Amino acid sequence: MTEVTQIDDRKFTINFGPQHPAAHGVLRLVLELEGEVVERVDPHIGLLHRGTEKLIEHKTYMQAIPYFDRLDYVAPMNQEHAFCMAVEKIMDIEVPRRAQFIRVIFSEIGRILSHILNVTTQAMDVGALTPPVWGFEEREKLMVFYERASGSRMHAAYFRVGGVRQDLPQDLLDDILEWCEQFPQKMHDIETLLTNNRIFKQRNVDIGVISKQDCFDWGYSGVMVRGSGMAWDLRRSQPYEVYDELEFKIPLGKNGDCYDRYLCRMEEMYESTKIIQQCLRMMPEGPVLSDNKKVTPPRRAEMKQSMEALIHHFKLYTEGFHVPAAEVYTAVEAPKGEFGVYLVADGSNKPYRCKVRAPGFTHLASMDYVCRGHMLADVSAILGSLDIVFGEVDR
Amino acid sequence: MEDLKTHILEALGSAVNGAEISFGELVLHARREEIVKTMAFLRDDPLCRFTTLIDLCGVDYPERERRFDVVYHMLSMHLNHRIRIKITTDEDTAVHTLIGLFPNANWYEREAFDMYGIAFDEHPDLRRLLTDYGFEGYPLRKDFPLTGFVEVRYDEERKSVIYEPVNLPQEFRDFDFMSPWEGAKYVLDEETKGEEA
Repeated sequence: MTEVTQIDDRKFTINFGPQHPAAHGVLRLVLELEGEVVERVDPHIGLLHRGTEKLIEHKTYMQAIPYFDRLDYVAPMNQEHAFCMAVEKIMDIEVPRRAQFIRVIFSEIGRILSHILNVTTQAMDVGALTPPVWGFEEREKLMVFYERASGSRMHAAYFRVGGVRQDLPQDLLDDILEWCEQFPQKMHDIETLLTNNRIFKQRNVDIGVISKQDCFDWGYSGVMVRGSGMAWDLRRSQPYEVYDELEFKIPLGKNGDCYDRYLCRMEEMYESTKIIQQCLRMMPEGPVLSDNKKVTPPRRAEMKQSMEALIHHFKLYTEGFHVPAAEVYTAVEAPKGEFGVYLVADGSNKPYRCKVRAPGFTHLASMDYVCRGHMLADVSAILGSLDIVFGEVDR
Repeated sequence: MEDLKTHILEALGSAVNGAEISFGELVLHARREEIVKTMAFLRDDPLCRFTTLIDLCGVDYPERERRFDVVYHMLSMHLNHRIRIKITTDEDTAVHTLIGLFPNANWYEREAFDMYGIAFDEHPDLRRLLTDYGFEGYPLRKDFPLTGFVEVRYDEERKSVIYEPVNLPQEFRDFDFMSPWEGAKYVLDEETKGEEA
């Protein structure tokens, strides 16, 4: 009986996704396993590929902005920001100070939106069900702020070249301030569920450890880098808008594992809340859109009186504005890492090439490297802490 | 930045075709054959230390002899500066892969291959990345139509998803809003009114 031929039945390949709740979207992973240990991961992406970059080449600059909402759809305005900054850089447009503060406020709201989603769904992936329910209540409130500012809960198209679409009413600012005061308590409640939770720690500590050298090799940015103990944050190192005037800390991890990245995200949310509060306090009165008439549309009321305004409005919403031939790269610290736009303009009213540098793309590219040697169950924990959203990975 | 530019130009000599600073960004025009050497230098030189490959993408200029640009964006977290490296290539000439220096070049190169058909030498796994299984053509090339060539739908009779040539019930509208006062091409010549002389 002992002479039965030994077939290697421990090695097998399984298919994970494309429809799987822990895949955070449409990701198909082909996993090669040795027993329960992962030997190779081959992510098949592109199931949400919509040809964003191609579409942008066929739209005017203003029509291109909404496509950026649909990239990382849990923090839409951060993406618009990078594109607007690219156009502003070429055309040398000054953004009014009040608009800069509004942009920072909504970038930080975007960061909190994204981090809540990531932290709580990561908890859900490893078995906790309460955090998402508590977290999503806060997200809902933030999305209402989005709606009150732009008219849309998610796909805002609120940041425009030269500023933001329209000013915020005072009662919205008051409500945001009020929200900021109660939010840390809500965060604290979620923390009591997770931070010292034994199961959560068992699933995340020492899982998906990333060294400093890995950060360079795999082009990581954002929380992935900070979780490994490197103080790199574009808001601090290459400041844009009014970030250099604001006080905030950059939380760092020590071990570079999933748990440290979770802690970083939690701390960043507290810091973002402080940034929003500072902005609300420091925000001056004034215009929110540059007064460059060839780029920013006139107010509706003006159009009733002025022929010039009417012409500008018509021209801007049909032909759009022309951007001189140039190439720029601008990057913002999006919640997930460095979100960059490489814009090639050819002097016409449409971008010649608009390459979107999405942080999630690079992070997912390292999936094979990070997962090797881990257990099958860790794959979803790692995937959760890489912070992947398929809108931006597939573009 | 000016110093960095001079330093790079001196150190690399004939491996680069020139450098410029535009909009506060350093742009290096490198030679395709020397790209690995150039990138290795930029990564390891103590004054450069561009250790992160931020982005790699193609750009298509169909009217040029060598129609593609391959554009690399590098970042140094140590010294807090960036650089853009550009090389040119065409459909038939392969660019040497950078996987040996930067492992994350793997997916970027696959994407550039997928979107533009730019080939990368010694890439271990140059498969398509973003497009559908069995996709044909290179979608981001300027001569690829926006609507594509095939569309998919679920066929109730065959109980499966089928591919069909694109059928546009309404003609594709690519509005040209260029102002006739600013040199749009369709404006007729003042003298001949469009008729051959």
